[in-house]
Amino acid sequence: MADLTPLLRVADLRTYFYDGDAVARAVDGVSFEIRRGETVGIVGESGSGKSVTALSLLRLIRPPGQIEPGSRIEFEGQDLLSLDADAIRAIRGQRIAMIFQEPMSALNPVLTVGDQVAEVVRVHTKLSRKEAWERAVEMLALTGIPAARERATQYPHQLSGGMRQRVMIAMALVMHPALVIADEPTTALDVTIQAQILELLHDLQEKLGMSILLITHDLGVVAEMAERVIVMYGGEVVEEASVGELFADARHPYTQGLMRAMPQLGAPHERLLTIPGVVPAPTAWPSGCRFRDRCEYAWDRCAQEHPPLYQIGTAHVSRCHLEDEPARRLTRTTPLAARTGQGTA
Amino acid sequence: MVMSRRQREIVRGAVPMLVVLAVLAGIAIFAPLIAPYNPSAQPDIVGLKNLPPSLAHPFGTDPYSRDVLSRVMYGAQVSLSVALLATIVTVFLGTVYGSIAGYAGGIVDTCMMRLVDAMMAVPRVLLVIIVVALWHTLPLWLLIVVIGVTGWFSLSRVVRGQVLAFRRRDFVVAAEALGARRTRILFRHILPNVVPMIIVDATLGIGQVIVLEAGLSYLGLGVQPPGASWGNIIQDGADQIGTLWWVSLFPGLLIATTAVACNVLGDALRDYFDPREVA
Amino acid sequence: MTMPLLSVQNLTKTFPIQTGLFGRPSSVVRAVDRVSLTLERAETLGVVGESGCGKTTLGRCILRLIEPTEGTILFDGVDVSTLGRLELRTLRRKMQIVFQDPFSSLNPRMTVGAAVKEGILIHQIAEGAAADRRVQSLFEEVGLNPAYVSRYPHEFSGGQRQRIGIARALSVEPTFIVCDEAVSALDVSVQAQVINLLQDLQRERGLTYLFIAHDLSVVEHIADRVAVMYLGKIVELGPAEAVYRDPIMPYTQALLSAVPIPDPTARRTRIVLQGDPPSPADPPPGCVFFSRCQHPAKDAACTQTVPPLEEKTPDHFAACIKQPSTLR
Repeated sequence: MADLTPLLRVADLRTYFYDGDAVARAVDGVSFEIRRGETVGIVGESGSGKSVTALSLLRLIRPPGQIEPGSRIEFEGQDLLSLDADAIRAIRGQRIAMIFQEPMSALNPVLTVGDQVAEVVRVHTKLSRKEAWERAVEMLALTGIPAARERATQYPHQLSGGMRQRVMIAMALVMHPALVIADEPTTALDVTIQAQILELLHDLQEKLGMSILLITHDLGVVAEMAERVIVMYGGEVVEEASVGELFADARHPYTQGLMRAMPQLGAPHERLLTIPGVVPAPTAWPSGCRFRDRCEYAWDRCAQEHPPLYQIGTAHVSRCHLEDEPARRLTRTTPLAARTGQGTA
Repeated sequence: MVMSRRQREIVRGAVPMLVVLAVLAGIAIFAPLIAPYNPSAQPDIVGLKNLPPSLAHPFGTDPYSRDVLSRVMYGAQVSLSVALLATIVTVFLGTVYGSIAGYAGGIVDTCMMRLVDAMMAVPRVLLVIIVVALWHTLPLWLLIVVIGVTGWFSLSRVVRGQVLAFRRRDFVVAAEALGARRTRILFRHILPNVVPMIIVDATLGIGQVIVLEAGLSYLGLGVQPPGASWGNIIQDGADQIGTLWWVSLFPGLLIATTAVACNVLGDALRDYFDPREVA
Repeated sequence: MTMPLLSVQNLTKTFPIQTGLFGRPSSVVRAVDRVSLTLERAETLGVVGESGCGKTTLGRCILRLIEPTEGTILFDGVDVSTLGRLELRTLRRKMQIVFQDPFSSLNPRMTVGAAVKEGILIHQIAEGAAADRRVQSLFEEVGLNPAYVSRYPHEFSGGQRQRIGIARALSVEPTFIVCDEAVSALDVSVQAQVINLLQDLQRERGLTYLFIAHDLSVVEHIADRVAVMYLGKIVELGPAEAVYRDPIMPYTQALLSAVPIPDPTARRTRIVLQGDPPSPADPPPGCVFFSRCQHPAKDAACTQTVPPLEEKTPDHFAACIKQPSTLR
């Protein structure tokens, strides 16, 4: 499915937001790669920096936010951060496309859905209105919208949530981009519609061969769709592994906590094990390991030394000192956040 | 008060307007103390007639040999107080009417709003002129009431819209679920959230009323001479505007300044209270 | 046999679709369509379904926050649907609601302490300092620092606002709480904390919950019995374990198979429903699920009459005229 040349290479991405004196380090040194045809999932909760990462890739960050110097985003060999405005616009929608969470607010209510898809075509090619329209209808049909030719003349409010998401997918894929960034594409949808959309993305990937960067908080979606998973917390990557390895052998205490906190179908109804405390504010990341106040294994090294990404096996990394001192896994303590009652979520 | 960066910037930008309005208010309040001359005084009918601006008379004198600067200062008192008081009347009527319509809903709301629509079809200026013309000499308080009563229609619409919107919000349903009476819900939950919009509308309204009153006084239908109002001072110089430019210019500038300041402030307030920031 | 705490019979709520100058209704939307259910004390009944199925409207009708069009609601033996305003207000103490959206469920211009105190003052449960003490103890009970009572909602996180909403509901000492998607808008780790809180409170106070949600995993975890709704009707009802392990309705089977499983090695045949649900304003004749149903024995008989909710196995009801089949 995937070949070995990285399509996208992100190195040390930092995106900070400035508000007076305070600096919110929303993305603080994130590195990863995506290969051609691969599906990579980024999992995280609010405040992890996953959405900001996605927006940064397409340089959609507006002041007071900015991508810090020293960050590198290489796509098909090109450094995206050094491109001028016209060049990056040519890439958006054509080589890298984005699917958003809320189809109703991402679609223009006063244009027909066919026009909106056709517009993408006309921005990037010199095709005539008629030819662009044909491409649009073709793409809409490909996304499984029945009677696509008639539907293309309708407005977003006349379509259901699932159909609108298909329209968004059509807009994203009509130029056959190499990379699609899907930011919580199914979170706002009903579960049966979600199943349809995930199946659609899977089919289209097989047909068109694009890479998918899937951003979500839902571990179930990631298990289904992704080949590799990146877990983000506190603006950083805290664990990365192939999907099978992550679910079989999650190493980072945050990943483990997340998996335990999810009620699962068919699981025994014991009290859910929660992660005490709250996500720290991006304006004030804790020293050392950012998860230490909520971690049941933390010891003094965790406050003093910011953990690097330790290598576990060939393609599995975890940002946790436990990888360096595995014996400590046997001694569980009460996390600081639980002891001080410091901030329930 | 906790303010976001956006709100702090807006406040910073609005400060000049607040200063302008504060200065004007100060002039109006302290006119009796700071005006160089009595606004109606005519100490030298011949010698002081139609003098251009000078050190002794910074705004010149008018055809009746009165000091224009003093008249303008006293005029500020009249014009600003009419504007403020009329706006208070407007806010009161508009809020009450709009709240009832929005909260009652259904057929009551529909009828009340159709009535407002009908009233709004008549231009306000025309309405005021008709009423005033019927009375001829209008005491100042009645002028204020008339202006106030003819201006509450659009505010009632805004209030009604806001009341309708907030009525559906979960926290209002929560109050209902707790057993709160309708009056409690209206006064404790809905209206406090509607107040920002009322403030915005009222601020913009003050600007409108200044211009309206000036126009009426200019036409001789508002404040009667020898009382000074910016509008009737303009009238004094209107016949000979080419040669007596100072008589009409200064009050005119002040009217424009006040109206602009109110509008800019109103816009700033609207941005400040932008619903995106509030829950 | 003790009387159930809540007994709903044929509850219906219709909304007119208005057209014309004077809004004469041309047709109606049956948001809730002849729903009947019972709830025992200290039980949690989960109500699941997708958007538009009427579950939120159902919850609000039971509390009479929306006026039902037809049907009876017996709460503790009292017919809620016919109560006068004064009696209803007194009854409101016993039945409360927690909302989904932590951002709009609190008045932005009211301190959180005042929000939680309001019910106490309205029902004259306490006054002055005694009322304040109650508010503080409620804060502690839901896991919030009582020092924060004078803060405003925007100063709290989503999870904390949900806790405030729960404290508010508890302030009048209810026996029954409708949780209307109470954890749906929260992150996974926060959701777990609030679910645990709700369960703890239920145990400590003997509360009865009507838990409305679209997340099937959460409902399975917390509910004793489950009702599945589709287009305003209950199509399946039974003990949670029975409904989840042996779903009878093709819709329930499809719903369960659609839930993504956090286990990449799990291979299963998923039932992917085609198309969209029919419009609630114009439901098709007979079984409304017919167009998307994948039951092997479905035929024209399904479109003849609306299938009634019948007991198929002990205590497990389904609205399907065909024999149950497992589509796995």
